[in-house]
Amino acid sequence: MSYLKKSPWILHYDASSCNGCDIEVLACLTPLYDVERFGIINTGNPKHADIFVITGGINEQSSVVVKNIYDQIPSPKVVVAVGICAATGGVFRECYNIKGGVNTTIPVDVYVPGCAARPESIIDGIVAALSILEEKRKAMKKGETPL
Amino acid sequence: MTIEKQTTVVIPVDLLLDEVKKMHDAKYRLVQVGCGQFKDQIEINYSFERDLVFSNLRITIDKETQVPSVTDLYHAAFVYENEIHDLFGIGFFGISLDYQGTFIRTKDKHPFYNTINKEDSLRPEEEGS
Amino acid sequence: MGREIVIPFGPQHPVLPEPIHLDLVLEDEMVKEAIPSIGYIHRGLEKLVEKRDFKNYVYIAERICGICSFIHSVSYCQGIENIMEITIPDRAAYLRVIWSEYSRLHSHLLWLGLFADAMGFENLFMTAWRLREHMLNDMEETTGGRVIQGSCKVGGVRCDISNDKLASMSAGLTAIEPELSEMAGVFLEDETIDMRTRGVGVLSKDSAWDLGAVGPVARGSGIALDARMTGYGAYEHLDFSPVVISGGDCYARCRVRVEELFTSLDLIGQAITMMPDGDIEVPVRGNPSGEFFSRTEQPRGEVVHYIRGNGTKNLLRHRVRTPTTANIPGLVQMLAGCELANVPVIVLSIDPCIGCAER
Ligand code: SF4
Repeated sequence: MSYLKKSPWILHYDASSCNGCDIEVLACLTPLYDVERFGIINTGNPKHADIFVITGGINEQSSVVVKNIYDQIPSPKVVVAVGICAATGGVFRECYNIKGGVNTTIPVDVYVPGCAARPESIIDGIVAALSILEEKRKAMKKGETPL
Repeated sequence: MTIEKQTTVVIPVDLLLDEVKKMHDAKYRLVQVGCGQFKDQIEINYSFERDLVFSNLRITIDKETQVPSVTDLYHAAFVYENEIHDLFGIGFFGISLDYQGTFIRTKDKHPFYNTINKEDSLRPEEEGS
Repeated sequence: MGREIVIPFGPQHPVLPEPIHLDLVLEDEMVKEAIPSIGYIHRGLEKLVEKRDFKNYVYIAERICGICSFIHSVSYCQGIENIMEITIPDRAAYLRVIWSEYSRLHSHLLWLGLFADAMGFENLFMTAWRLREHMLNDMEETTGGRVIQGSCKVGGVRCDISNDKLASMSAGLTAIEPELSEMAGVFLEDETIDMRTRGVGVLSKDSAWDLGAVGPVARGSGIALDARMTGYGAYEHLDFSPVVISGGDCYARCRVRVEELFTSLDLIGQAITMMPDGDIEVPVRGNPSGEFFSRTEQPRGEVVHYIRGNGTKNLLRHRVRTPTTANIPGLVQMLAGCELANVPVIVLSIDPCIGCAER
């Protein structure tokens, strides 16, 4: 990431996490880590968002909600899956109600490892997402349809 | 290390409401209602507490038994009874707030009743250390 | 008389960090009834006892919830230890108290921040979370994990804290106490917070008891109910009395948590002074056979882990009754008759932890 033209806003949804990753995502927004210095703001409204941050694996109920929110986010958009649960289902992978990682429902661009994912790696993940967002934006300008 | 003494009294289903009423009159607090399946028997534990003394009433039933709801005495039991209904498929009658099986929505119906053998082809069972 | 409408609240809502869904039946601006429905993050992890052996299951128990993680693992281990009649070394019991109280500090600060945020008091949110990082740093230095510690095991704890480190932790907490007091002052005396919370979402003492409320919700309604009073672990050696406030409104619940910050600091201080030397774990042989209801006090209230084993390495049943489940009936009662604009503050005032509640 060399520079950014726009301030990307993120939307966070908890698909079925244990809260561990959730609170670390929130911790990124607070004084010690402070992603707002990159111009990133956490929003509650999908229509405002560019980056969709998901924690936790997908279960039967949340898959509909996740799909729904994803569809409401305008393109270009980037999906960041935070934590092992969001990547594969994690320790809960064998639970009867868990379908698996986020990629079972929507395409994922960045995976952030860790259980719980550390704020430093979440920030790394979001910064990686920014450059993907920029690429997608360029592709859209050329008239291609990004994912 | 024994932390506290816990008593469990096993009672028949028809006496449930009477016994729970006694607890209620004696100003016990309902701590929880929990359910477990052991072979084909279902056990439901009603836990109470007063002045840090913890005691249980237990009924043992089979899956078909209809259990009277204690929500008239302890309204809070609706959470537990709906949960047991959704997870184990036990019928309760007379719940004050009956979700009719939509409290916890799961993929499989009554997932806790009988083991669901979810195929796990990716990773074999880990052996305990 | 207005028309009745139903507003769905959640699962994805700006004030909610976690998904819970409420159907609010409204008449004009007044909430007549609130019907909760959960299941958005139900994983069914209790069922995993059939696949994991009871020692490994500690990690699952810890991940019931990432905020109250450490205390969940303590409750689970304590239940198994009770069944197997294991006495853990004193040092381990004291270390558990220290980490438990650190969890409570970080959880209460987290909640205070979210609560301030729900009222639109952004600055206070940031202050609370900045102070919380101090607790997390100490946790990380001593266990390696910020929010999931993994330091509790059946038979004791996994790692020790050196006496030097204990001394510096105690000094660190003393140093941060004035900042905590300053923040506490804002929560307790600020006029806007007062206006948003006083008299809002009242739960009377009788209904709190009847509805089985636990934790700060019960204590905010004037009931002295705290599982730490049973003296589990090392609590029996510590001088502890629960914080009880009457009033039953959002302000009272907030006050309970604010004052508990200082109780926790005090408990940690006591535990550090009284810390005995010795081993931190005992070997565990055999498998658990028997049953036990293990009760401990989470930041959100009393939690009950029911554990039943039959002498094999897999338990037969593990059931968790989490504080949020117990507080939902109370929440429904608080919401009835409130104004729509107060719903977020009231919902937050029970400190809902849906990850726990749905498991
Ligand atoms: S990855 Fe770990 S900390 Fe994160 S939600 Fe899953 S279990 Fe919790």
